[in-house]
Amino acid sequence: MSEKIAVGISDYKASSAPDTLVTYALGSCVGISLYDPISRIGGLSHIMLPTSMLGRSEGDDNRMKYADTAIDDMLSHMECLGAGRSRIKAKIVGGANMFGTTDGSFIGTIGDRNVDAVREELVRLGIPIVGEDVGANYGRTVHFDLEDGRVVIQSIGKDVKEL
Amino acid sequence: MIHTYGDLKEDHLDILREIGNIGAGNAAASLSVLINEGVNIVVPQVQILDYDGVIRTVGDPEELGIAILINYVGDIRGVVLFLLSYEDANGIADILTCGFGEEDEKAGGMSEMKLSTIKEIGNILGSSYLGSISSLTGLGVNISVPYVAVDMVGAIMGAPMFEFSIDNSKIMLIEESFKTDTKSLKSHVILFADIPSLNKILDKLGLNE
Repeated sequence: MSEKIAVGISDYKASSAPDTLVTYALGSCVGISLYDPISRIGGLSHIMLPTSMLGRSEGDDNRMKYADTAIDDMLSHMECLGAGRSRIKAKIVGGANMFGTTDGSFIGTIGDRNVDAVREELVRLGIPIVGEDVGANYGRTVHFDLEDGRVVIQSIGKDVKEL
Repeated sequence: MIHTYGDLKEDHLDILREIGNIGAGNAAASLSVLINEGVNIVVPQVQILDYDGVIRTVGDPEELGIAILINYVGDIRGVVLFLLSYEDANGIADILTCGFGEEDEKAGGMSEMKLSTIKEIGNILGSSYLGSISSLTGLGVNISVPYVAVDMVGAIMGAPMFEFSIDNSKIMLIEESFKTDTKSLKSHVILFADIPSLNKILDKLGLNE
């Protein structure tokens, strides 16, 4: 039986075919899908912020919230499930500027900063990005099919996109 | 002194609820003048929620909505977000534009005229909301120009939440909705404030030890 597994905000889930991983309404958050086509194991992470260096207090230990910690953790999780690191490829979605603000404010720049941080982290981990739909000013829902690694993106008033 | 939103006690929440009551009450009065119909607010709520909970406050995350976002700065800092269903926003804009600008309305879209009308409504409501908090507390508040987004409400809600999520696994929001004499508007008025601002407000109102 294939299952549809929802990934919340600052959350990640890893599973294998025939499941589908879904995350709803990405705005300036970024969804990172990692997929190993041989074991058909994949993970989907929904990060909110670029770097755990932003956190100043000890209390905030949610590693799934930040690009620099979430991807690393999800990758280890996928390896535990049996994914082969060298075969894993990434597709990234989101990082919009929802209000189209150009005043340099946190809200206006966080999408881009998230995308940059995700790219940096994937380079550091040596994972190639094979597809992306990032930036602009609209929300995106992601369906990540672990049967074949397809990433389907739905937005309001736009055609469905496939990576 | 509070250090995280989770430190807020029951008497703090009461005072914040009252702030929401006064702020949104004033905003409702302004909206009432604009659309020439009585507008009231539905009982304000102060909620401390995890991230997914914040998104769920506005219902189905993939639903289409219109939001006006206003940053406020000065003695206190945060964001006010007015969120309306597409239909209600369109209805209010209709009243104010009297049909002007309809010619450039694309299929399923909203005219530039209506969008800037909605922006201006946000500006007026935001000034009323924050002006009343400023009068109540004696704290100085300046507001940014309003920003508008027409999209999935979940994606819209995430935008203001981020800034307050740094160092906080839970977010506090003060939330109300509007209703007119004839119908209940599918609306949310949401105030976010950072921790130092909450401390200042509680200080001014004599509730911070």
